[in-house]
Amino acid sequence: MASETHSEVGHAQGADQEGVFPPFDPSTFGSQLLWLAITFGVLYYVLSKVVLPRIGSILEMRSDRIEQDMAEAQRLKEETDEAIASYEQALSEAKNKAHTIALTAREKAKTEADDAMAKVENDLAKKLEEAEEKISTIRSGALTKVDEIASETTEVIIKTLIGGRIAKADIANALQNVSENVAR
Amino acid sequence: MGSLGGVELSMTNSALFMIATTVATCGFLMLATGSRGLIPSRMQSIAEICYDFVAKTLRDSAGKDGMVFFPLVFSLFMFVLVANLFGMFPYFFTVTSHIIVTFALAMLVIMTVILYGFVKHGFGFLGLFVPSGIPAAVLPMVVVIEIISFLSRPISLSVRLFANMLAGHITLKVFAGFITSLSTAGIVGIAGATLPFAMTVALTGLEFLVAFLQAYVFTVLTCMYLSDAVHPNH
Repeated sequence: MASETHSEVGHAQGADQEGVFPPFDPSTFGSQLLWLAITFGVLYYVLSKVVLPRIGSILEMRSDRIEQDMAEAQRLKEETDEAIASYEQALSEAKNKAHTIALTAREKAKTEADDAMAKVENDLAKKLEEAEEKISTIRSGALTKVDEIASETTEVIIKTLIGGRIAKADIANALQNVSENVAR
Repeated sequence: MGSLGGVELSMTNSALFMIATTVATCGFLMLATGSRGLIPSRMQSIAEICYDFVAKTLRDSAGKDGMVFFPLVFSLFMFVLVANLFGMFPYFFTVTSHIIVTFALAMLVIMTVILYGFVKHGFGFLGLFVPSGIPAAVLPMVVVIEIISFLSRPISLSVRLFANMLAGHITLKVFAGFITSLSTAGIVGIAGATLPFAMTVALTGLEFLVAFLQAYVFTVLTCMYLSDAVHPNH
């Protein structure tokens, strides 16, 4: 009969099975149980021995791989951080160095400038001194010449006025007195 | 074809579709996971989703210790699901619409619970029927209720699946029958036949949902019963 049951209610009202509702027909129970045991047994065996270990290993492999990749990414990140830190250190060192170089350069330039300035001032002072000396020699020279001129002029004047000669020493004395009186 | 001790054991439609269910399930899962891709193909994704789905269902209700039953639960889920979905093809036989099949599967679950429970916990497994924190006065009654509830589990488990599949398919067939009988009644009948036709279309969608949902419900209940075998004192 079972081969005629083409679906679960296919022959529900069929006359061939004295009106038994097919799902409750006990005559099919034996065969169904047997085939259920066989097919479900095979299914259970294949799934538990082949398919499930396989899917399990695939999933495990994937999670291992993801874990590995995450670890690798973490490592790379740490390396990057290290590189950044060393770069920043190098940068700050370079900055410090540049600062020191600039500082020393400035110091050097300043000392050089000071030296040059001092030298120039020295030179100037020397020149000034020389010039003053020169001026004073010229002045003293000029003054002695004034005395000479005065005594010569006096001699000439006396000569012209009185006629005769007067000792040069007398004239010098007289001039001395006069200049002292003027100075006073 | 053959009988043994007066019991008909011949190859039937039911047997054919059980074989088809097993072959389709094994074939699909083997084929889908054959490449063992690190990046899954679409088919492999489906196999993995089934695996994860059942594993999560079992772990949520039975805990880590319950994972020893994973092959059984997975086989049950796949068998019921594929058998239910096969039933959605017109003219195909629905294995799970026969009470003997669902009852056998339910008994398989319950016997597993009982055997594993006694092997693992000895008579401590009987603590399942004695909930803690119950006053001594009502304890005998509670124990009786617990035993009845335990004994009715295989019945409720099998009848739920069987009845859902059977009722859905009968409803589909009744509505489909209306179409043919109405369409013989002239032009008005043909116009009227569109109503049961629309109903049949809608019910077909619903039946796909039921096919999956009942497989899931069967699996969840199986997981909960197996959880009792692992932790009888909860």
